[in-house]
Amino acid sequence: MDNKLEKIVKTLQADFGAAVEEFRGEAHVTVPAGRIVATLELCRDQLGFELLDSLTAVDYWPKELPRFHVIYLLTSVSQNLSVAVHVPVNGDQPEVPTVSGVYASANWREREVWDMFGIRFAGHPDPRRILMPTDWEGHPLRKDYPLGYEEPQFTFNFDEIDLRKPSPKE
Amino acid sequence: MTQIEEVSIEDIRHLVSERAINGETMLLNMGPQHPSTHGVLRLLLELDGEIVVNCIPDIGFLHTGVEKNMEAKTYQKAEVMSDRLDYMNPIGNNLAFVMAVEKLVDLDVPPRAQAIRVILAELTRLNSHLVWIGTSSLDLAAQSMFLYSFREREQILDIFELVSGQRMMTTYLRPGGLWRDVPVEFEAAVRAFLKIFPKRIDEYESLLTKNPLFQDRMYGIGKLTREDALSYGITGPILRASGVEWDLRKKRPYSGYEQYDFIVPTRTEGDNYARYLVRVQEMRESVKIIQQALDKLPMGPVRSDNRKFVPPPRSEIGVSMEALIHHFKLWTEGFPAPVGSVYNAVESPRGELGVFLEGDGGPKPYRIHWRTPSFENLGVLPVLAKGFLVADLVAIIGSLDIVLGDIDR
Repeated sequence: MDNKLEKIVKTLQADFGAAVEEFRGEAHVTVPAGRIVATLELCRDQLGFELLDSLTAVDYWPKELPRFHVIYLLTSVSQNLSVAVHVPVNGDQPEVPTVSGVYASANWREREVWDMFGIRFAGHPDPRRILMPTDWEGHPLRKDYPLGYEEPQFTFNFDEIDLRKPSPKE
Repeated sequence: MTQIEEVSIEDIRHLVSERAINGETMLLNMGPQHPSTHGVLRLLLELDGEIVVNCIPDIGFLHTGVEKNMEAKTYQKAEVMSDRLDYMNPIGNNLAFVMAVEKLVDLDVPPRAQAIRVILAELTRLNSHLVWIGTSSLDLAAQSMFLYSFREREQILDIFELVSGQRMMTTYLRPGGLWRDVPVEFEAAVRAFLKIFPKRIDEYESLLTKNPLFQDRMYGIGKLTREDALSYGITGPILRASGVEWDLRKKRPYSGYEQYDFIVPTRTEGDNYARYLVRVQEMRESVKIIQQALDKLPMGPVRSDNRKFVPPPRSEIGVSMEALIHHFKLWTEGFPAPVGSVYNAVESPRGELGVFLEGDGGPKPYRIHWRTPSFENLGVLPVLAKGFLVADLVAIIGSLDIVLGDIDR
């Protein structure tokens, strides 16, 4: 970690009690869900992180407390620095306050995380699914969501498999 | 019999103005099978006459679950899917993926492999920009442009076929280097292309840059301010056309980009025309980079000799027991990556293409997230389109240079 980044991480640590980890030269900062809007506002307005590169999540199922990590990847164009902010989220009622008021790009990325992981973003202006169809059930990128496959049909078992084959919109 | 579901206005009430509810303005679908949406993009437009009041993009038609599928495959196998994301930039996607894996497992790449990566990545950038200049001017009814740009693109695809055996889905890079060294004909083929290409760019410019019909459709249309661009997470040529000099090749050099001399074209206007000028200038810079990389292409191996991650050459397997064991282990189990997460980004023709990769100690990625530039770039379309004509909307989509495979993943 270089000096400038270390100073920024120290500020976050002092202001939000953030836990800091380093892996392969990248800084990972963990803050509680309730403080995320304030953290990102501070990052944007005072620490110079203009760009929210991406917003994604990781599912640690079957661990429940916390089950998810929501990850905010921030970049400072003016200082050429990057930092990842993690927010642990429990599995029973996954909800994080929205940051779409801080970074406009969070609007679509939060919809994606809701669609794929089923994490609610409280106060989101447009909480619809984004990639999957509107009537889809389940959240595909959760670890307890199976990866689908199709059974190959041969001449000897063609009809047998045909019977139990799921058809779309049934 | 397929059931057609009715969508009520209640679902989108918060996105349209009051006048749409009263019926004063018209709601109109553009796409998903509209030729100028460059793929399967549906736009729900609220129109006042011919003026766009609101534009609501609807994406996901090309969603193939690439991230979920990659989590079920070993690192070597997952790479094959990366070509299919942004199909205009296959080698750039490979590069983003293999560099993330190399960062995660801490693997070095020999200089020759790095230089060849740069040459191929820049050729892919040209390939992508050629498709963009062809299709976006086709949207503006400049049909001959499309034919000219695809003529040169064919030459680039021939080079890809020469090195990898495939024209588009190359999967040529590997964690730790390349699949194999380039054939002897490679250098001559690239030099032949470099010889004619700068003149061809002049030809494109003579058709478009000063063309009054083209300028009418581009000047002042779809203005994007610096603040909006940053807030919406825009990167690449679109950000540079709005006055921010941000290019990962320059700011965070990877794969040896620091050795090459090139400039980052920037404009401050932020309209369609600025984006056009930036991309055309970028093509000229790419030619410069390829020229330099080719001139000082070092000799040597094209794969790391770390046998824990890179398979041994065929010649070794016959004589060395360890080589045989490594080969067997790599192709049956794959290689384990440590616990931890990395984020690696490269400059794709469309902007910052990032891979967030989390390892769990096993041979498969625990979580892989693709930060694809087109996703963010399309997100700003509602801002750009507001207040312009439907015909201008077509020009704006063209200037954003989106690839739907990149957005939907």
